[in-house]
Parts: sequence; C-alpha cells; structure tokens
Amino acid sequence: MTRFRARTVVLPAEDVDTDQIIPARFLKGTTRDGLGQSLFADWRYDAGGRPRPDFVLNRPEAAGAEVLVAGHNFGCGSSREHAVWALRDFGFRAVCSTGFADIFRNNALRNGLLPVQVDAQTHDRLAASAGAEVEVDLETRTLALPDGTRARFPIDPFARHCLLNGIDALDFLLAQEAAIAAHERGVETA
Amino acid sequence: MSSGAGARTLFEKVWDAHVVRQAGADTPAVLYVDLHLIHEVTSPQAFSALRERGLRVRRPDRTIGTADHSTPTTPPGPDGRFSYDDAQAAAQVAELERNCREFGITLHALGDARQGIVHVIGPELGLTRPGSTIVCGDSHTSTHGAFGALAFGIGTTEVGHVLATQCLLQERPRTLSVRVDGVLPPGVTAKDLILGVIARIGAGGAAGHVVEYRGSAVRALSMEERMTVCNMSIEAGARAGMIGPDDTTFEYLAGRPHSPKGAAWDAAVAAWQRLPSDDGAAFDREVTLEAPSLEPMITFGTNPGMGIPVRSAVPEPDGNAALERALRYMGLEPGRPLLGRPVDVVFIGSCTNSRISDLRLAARVFEGRRVAPGVRTLVVPGSQQVKRQAEAEGLDRVFRDAGAEWREPGCSMCIAMNGDRLEPGQYAVSTSNRNFEGRQGPGGRTFLASPATAAATAVTGRIADARELMG
Repeated sequence: MTRFRARTVVLPAEDVDTDQIIPARFLKGTTRDGLGQSLFADWRYDAGGRPRPDFVLNRPEAAGAEVLVAGHNFGCGSSREHAVWALRDFGFRAVCSTGFADIFRNNALRNGLLPVQVDAQTHDRLAASAGAEVEVDLETRTLALPDGTRARFPIDPFARHCLLNGIDALDFLLAQEAAIAAHERGVETA
Repeated sequence: MSSGAGARTLFEKVWDAHVVRQAGADTPAVLYVDLHLIHEVTSPQAFSALRERGLRVRRPDRTIGTADHSTPTTPPGPDGRFSYDDAQAAAQVAELERNCREFGITLHALGDARQGIVHVIGPELGLTRPGSTIVCGDSHTSTHGAFGALAFGIGTTEVGHVLATQCLLQERPRTLSVRVDGVLPPGVTAKDLILGVIARIGAGGAAGHVVEYRGSAVRALSMEERMTVCNMSIEAGARAGMIGPDDTTFEYLAGRPHSPKGAAWDAAVAAWQRLPSDDGAAFDREVTLEAPSLEPMITFGTNPGMGIPVRSAVPEPDGNAALERALRYMGLEPGRPLLGRPVDVVFIGSCTNSRISDLRLAARVFEGRRVAPGVRTLVVPGSQQVKRQAEAEGLDRVFRDAGAEWREPGCSMCIAMNGDRLEPGQYAVSTSNRNFEGRQGPGGRTFLASPATAAATAVTGRIADARELMG
C-alpha cells in the first residue's frame, strides 16, 4: 500500500469511542473475520436490526467510500482491536481526524488502516465535501483534496516503513532476541 | 521536554529501566514487559497468530490469565457448570483455557479461588509491583499504575508481540503532572476526584501522555482509592496513570501471595523507594486541582469527561454539537439538576469500584435501609477474594437484606457482555468507568458516580447526594 484514491464518507461526531465502532456484544468471537457487518451496529441498525436510513453509512452515496472522516479523538475508550478489524472488513483504508486515541492509532497501523491526522482547516474542508475523492499517499505522507489542497500527515516512521515494505513488526521484535535475553539476564540476576 | 540536572520523573525511571533497545531515527524503542495479563476477549486471535507462525510464548512465567469479561455472575449449578449467556461466550472462555494449557500459562479460570477482574486480581495477588511494566489487552490496565508501575492497554496484535517476545515497540509518551493538593471534603471519594480531573481536562485531554497524580490529596489516598484514580486515566485519553510508591504502597503489598519475602522484600522496598519523581523533575504539562473545591461528581453525558458536581444543573450545550447529541441520547434537559431524577438500575462493581473498600462504603449506606421499589441493584465484587472478604464481614447480608443482588465476580454490567445489561431506555447509576452510548446494554443510559452515590441512589430510587444519608 503506497498510494490510493478513494471517496470519503463523513461521520460528524467527536470522541467516537470504540464501543460505538463495535459494541462489546460482538467481541465474543475468536477470529478477526466478519466484523464489518457489526461496524457502528447501534448507529447503523434500529432495535429490530433494520438499517437506519439517516445514518451516513447507510446512504447510497456511502457505498464504496474507503476514507472515513470523523471528529476529534476518534477511537477513544476500549483497546479492542476489533474496532480496527471492523473498519477494515467494512472496506475502510483510512480514517481522517484531527486526533486519534493512542491505542486505536497503534491498532490501526498494525492492520493497514491509515490514521490520517489533519489540521482543523483541512478537516473542515473534508467535512464540507462529503463524497469527494481524495488521494492518500503514504510514501509522501500527504492527503490531496479535489480542490488542490495538500496536507501532510504525521505517521510513526517505523509503522510507515512496515506498511510500505510489507514488513511484520513482530519479525523486527523477534530479531531483537539477543538484546532481550541480555536485558533479562541483567534484571533477573541483579 | 527533558528534566534538568539528572532529575527524573517516576515515568522516566521506569521507562529507562525497561528499554531493551533505544529508539533510533526510524525505529521506536523496544520496551521490556515484566507482567502480561491476558483475558478471554482480546487474546484468542493473538494465540492464533502464534500458532500460525509456530511460535511459543517466550515467558509463560510472566504471563497470567483470568476469565472476567464474558463470564456469568451467577453461581454454578448443582452440577458445577456455569450458565453462560450464549454458546459464543462459553466457547471464548474455553479457548482461553485451551490456550493457557497448551502454552503453559497460569490461568485463574472461572471457579478458581483467585479468579476475578484482571485489574483486581493483579494487585491483590501481589503480581503488580512498583517500577514494573505491565500490559494487558484492556485499556483499564492503567489501574496498576497506582503502584508506580508503567501499565497500559494494548491491542491484540501487540498481545501477540508480547506473548512471542515479552517486548513491545513503543514511542515514548509525554508526561503530564496532575497535582491535587489539600484535603478532600467529607463525602468526596477517589471516584469523585478522578471524575473531577477528567471533567477538567476532557475525554481526550491527556492523549499521548502518561499522567502522574501527585500532591497531598493523592498521597492521602489508600491503595484501593489510588487504583480507582489510575483506572480512569484512559478516560482522559492518557496512555497510563501513575502514582509514586510510598509506605501506603509497601504496606498493601507486604505479605501478598506473589510479593517478595524476607531479604528479597527488604531489597525490593529499598529499590522501590528510589522510584518517586525527583525534586525538580520536569513534566511536559502540568495541571493543578484543589481538593477542598471538589464535590461528589456524576456524569450527565456520553463520555466520562461530561461530569458535574451531583448538585449542579446539566450544562447548556450553547451550540456544542457533541453536548447536544449527548443530551438527546440521555433524554436530559439542560439547566436542570440530575439530583432527584429516578433511575431503573444501580450497578456497583467493575475494575474501577469493586474492591473491598468500595463495598464497605456502599454497605454503610445500605445498612438498615431498603433498595427503593422498582430499582434493580447489582453488587458485583471484583474477585473471589473480595467476595470472600465481604462475606466474612457480613457485607453480603447487608446487600441482600436491602434487596440488592449479590453476585459472582466479573466485569458484569460495566461492559454488558455476559447477559448483565440495561434494557433500552433504562437509566442506571453505575460505579463503572464508561457512560458511552449503549455501553451497559443497547439503548441504556449511564450516570457514572461513586459507590456512595450509587448506594444512596439505590435506596432513594433517585439520584442522590450520599452526604445527606451518611451524616
């Protein structure tokens, strides 16, 4: 994943917590699969399981949108990685916000969901142009809007390196075995 | 910001002692994990990843499991079998049991005398130690920071990293000093203190930071109260919350099952005494609150930052869309107090407020009183040990005589995965940590408060100021 173009869908809410992204009753599985159908379940469906027509993800224009634009402090609350798995399974490849909760950001980066942190002005533009086609470029760390606006976004350099080169962070950690063992010897014989 | 003249904060000391490999220009630090706590909900996919790659658990002796999230809080039947809410929950717990067995991890399974909520059993078993690094696939891992540990929640992929390597890749967080000076007024609890802090800095106000709680009001807290404070650090977005260890800490840990003994204990205490932040150590940010100005707190909205003193009016949104949305969900009108508002359910429990001191506080309110008609009240101890202690003190009788349900340990209605849940539209006063929409059951509406406020609400049937009942 280096660069992609996709349409946006705008969820105009701040402090979207992971209990909204995927309610706890859907966390009883033992795999990562199939969580997209429960994404935003209590906002997407009524008590009878029927789609709420006014929820953004249920509108026809949301079909195929791969970039979610949401308010500040997205992904706060629970550490459940299921929130990221659900967003990915639904088809999202990036979330744009002015700020992400720490654990959510880490989880997103481990699963190829880009947390694109933008300034308030860029966010306002994105929010005002729902459905716009944007370009996300991980190599140059830029988000390009249809009006020509380009915004650089910060991203953990190592996570970016892993995503660009298809590297599993676990391989990097496993390669630290000698240093890990040395640390343990130092502590446990002290 | 780095601290001057070699002075270091508590966080810096713990961090520095656990760096296996320093951060480079393009790589984060490799941080060693002393204790890895696992539970049924966030670990199965991590074990699957290990199996797929043919990896073992590097340090099963530094890994401890318990089942708490989706477990029933009703006792086993005559056949010894537990009644799960559904087959999926039962299968998830069975998977944890299989994983712990196959990978050689100690598990405090359902029915075990040491089973309980992961953040309750760690401290009570003496597994939680000052100066250590502790992680768990659970955001309330911040609880353990009360002991001067660096403790934080991680996702399932990172659970896999720790299982396989006992390490994590970590960007170094910034530091935030939250100083609370002075004496808390009578009837104001640790829960009120932390709800006051979160209301002040906001639900995302501490993002990217490790909070250290300091000041005379914090020093005066018991260990269980400190755990309540650190537990909710994540509700302000903090990476972790910490409190410098002191005699209160050491007294709590002395004689616990996993605490060091004899000469090892003396050496440990000597090392722990060097952990508190040095004079002159610098924090990236500082916030100060005055304890005497704090009051019993309650939340009115749909994140823990939306809190007010229990006697105050619900604030006007003044065009704030988030507040408008929250009040709509909660069915509340601005400008009116919550005090006196009827509720349907009272929940006393969770990793925030299910320890023995929480139950003693609630029992003081229930003693000689009855739960108001029409109010369902659940009291859920945090662990089997807490349950035994409460029963030895007769607290269970106080709760039962008042008409409350005395249940088996677990997360229960805090996360509503096990069948303990609110019905749509119901209002609850809850001692738990999250008032998110639907957190305690789809459509349920949560007011977060202390065990005293919760118990006072249970007996009056309406949101109450416990100070009026406790005299």
